[in-house]
Amino acid sequence: MSNEIKVPTMAELSAAGQQPEVLFWVGCAGSFDDRAKKITKAFVKLLNKANVNFAVLGTEESCTGDPAKRAGNEFLFQMQAVTNIEVMNAYEIKKVVTACPHCFNTIKNEYPGLGGNYEVVHHTQFLKQLLEEGKISVEGGKFKGKRITFHDPCYLGRANNVYEAPRDLIRKLDAELVEMKSCKSRGLCCGAGGAQMFKEPEKGNKDVNIERTEQALETQPEIIAAGCPFCNTMMTDGVKNKEKEASIAVMDIAELIATAEDL
Amino acid sequence: MQYLPNILFVIALVLGIGFFAKNVKRLSRNIKLGRDVDVSDNKPQRWKNMAKIALGQTKMVVRPIAGFLHIIVYVGFVIINIEVLEIILDGILGTHRVFAPLGALYDFLIASFEVLAFLVIVAVVIFWLRRNVIKLQRFLKPEMKGWPKKDGNLILYIELVLMFLFLTMNAADYQLQQLNVAHYTKAGMFPVSQFIAPLFEGLSTSTLILIERTAWWLHILGILAFLNYLYYSKHLHILLAFPNTYYGSLRPQGQFDNLESVTNEVKLMMDPDADPFAAPVEDDAGEPEKFGASDVSDLNWVQLLNAYTCTECGRCTSECPANQTGKKLSPRKIMMDTRDRLEEVGKNIDANKGKFTDDGKQLLNDYITPEELWACTSCNACVEACPVSIDPLSIIMDMRRYLVMEQSAAPTDLNNMMGNIENNGAPWPFNQMDRLNWVEEN
Repeated sequence: MSNEIKVPTMAELSAAGQQPEVLFWVGCAGSFDDRAKKITKAFVKLLNKANVNFAVLGTEESCTGDPAKRAGNEFLFQMQAVTNIEVMNAYEIKKVVTACPHCFNTIKNEYPGLGGNYEVVHHTQFLKQLLEEGKISVEGGKFKGKRITFHDPCYLGRANNVYEAPRDLIRKLDAELVEMKSCKSRGLCCGAGGAQMFKEPEKGNKDVNIERTEQALETQPEIIAAGCPFCNTMMTDGVKNKEKEASIAVMDIAELIATAEDL
Repeated sequence: MQYLPNILFVIALVLGIGFFAKNVKRLSRNIKLGRDVDVSDNKPQRWKNMAKIALGQTKMVVRPIAGFLHIIVYVGFVIINIEVLEIILDGILGTHRVFAPLGALYDFLIASFEVLAFLVIVAVVIFWLRRNVIKLQRFLKPEMKGWPKKDGNLILYIELVLMFLFLTMNAADYQLQQLNVAHYTKAGMFPVSQFIAPLFEGLSTSTLILIERTAWWLHILGILAFLNYLYYSKHLHILLAFPNTYYGSLRPQGQFDNLESVTNEVKLMMDPDADPFAAPVEDDAGEPEKFGASDVSDLNWVQLLNAYTCTECGRCTSECPANQTGKKLSPRKIMMDTRDRLEEVGKNIDANKGKFTDDGKQLLNDYITPEELWACTSCNACVEACPVSIDPLSIIMDMRRYLVMEQSAAPTDLNNMMGNIENNGAPWPFNQMDRLNWVEEN
């Protein structure tokens, strides 16, 4: 695997008088979380491979404010939103792609009311389009016949009705897509949403991610596919808790495609 | 004397409908205690939602067994209103089967009512078994003890009795028609009650008339009583499901509202030219804007309508990931608590000549605890599951907003997270300047 990746920043492009086609919104997890950084890189490799004219905000990016808003801190959310919108509007950004459903939902749905209007797509939707346009391919059959189950992120699925893009990509891998008993609009949360990621869960019988992992394990998958860095963490923890990490991988859709492409 | 039944009937009708109207007025007054919210947008879509979700029952059939049985009871209820209309006209005019001249159509109508009545009896029995014998999980949650449990069963008993009275009435009528008794016009088809009719064979005409009249009176009085029971029961959903689906949110489920009061404050804070001291003092220096909700009057009227519409079916709770893993949160309880508190506030207003007098209680803490609120993952499963477009999540979020913005009462971990966002632009304590480090790392 090559480690060389090209990641232009908006500031660089702007200084050169250029405007990228799309802004890749990396998000906090994608920037700082060790596991999520791998997803970010896999996605960038695909963007590079497809020669997509993109840029990131880099140090000018800040938290979208999603966890603050879901925790009830509307002040902090709007402060973050207004700051981010100012930066994006200054760069005249039209289109945003992100690998985090929380950033996706917030920028897509909650920023317009505060003056930020962009076309926002989730990376699975973007990758599906690249594949359809022939800019990337998934040959090689690395995942041929493998049992893959997809965990719907709440903020992508129920919140925004994106169910098919990630599934289409898995099918394109020639893999066997197996559904959990709760899927699509009835998918079970990974337990991280609504700012739960950043606190201990309330008392109960078990943690939500364990329940969800059990549902995933019922399908006897070789891979649990995710489309959200937080879901990824929660499912990875769940698989470790069940001591199955040797036989079951938790992978983001971008990683699946990048691996299939040998990137 | 001849007109005595007509007069009695009209009195019963006026009393029944009058009392109901009074309760509807109270219901509307209570709902209007909520804050105003603009739901005047996109009317075509709203009508479509109502037609699909309430009239078309599309979300009921997500659970096929309960959904199918519910559709029977629902169609039975809707169709049988034509029969009720005839009964009311007969009662006022002193006629018998006033719609009989419709001929074949009338036969068909009566026959279909009978079949539906029978199917409703079957459905109601299965519903009862599900609640009391099979003991489905979602009917056994802590919030379902006491009145909610009794209410659920009572509705089933009333429906059962009403259907039996209807069939008994028809069976006696059928016999009277066979005997060519005056006043009892030969009309209608009785595919179900013909099987009850043999029980009445050999009875005298006067006994048969007594049975027919008793069943007729009990049936209509039962319906009037049931109408008035609605307000006190979860059964109110048969009326409110329609406005509730009409006013239900049209936004993507993930989109939470941006509090306008906060937007104004944030704009002031972000504007370098703003002079906070230059803000004009408002003349009507009313109470400062409250952020979030701690009591029912802080919620908007659609949320309060939601609470009255909830029929406590528990589909929200059984889909809730927090509830499934044993946490205290139950979206159904959030709705029931909101309604209970709203009723309490309404009674307080009635008792105090139209003005609410502080009772030292509120929705937060006295009904809903912070522990329930903080267990929510905002996953929208409850919103998706509700067959009548109720949004428990919006109430949970508004109450979290109150806890955080008015009381600074967030869990410590969340305070740390928010501090990090404020200082570093990320929920973790990393420097914003390190945001691009991943490019260089292996």
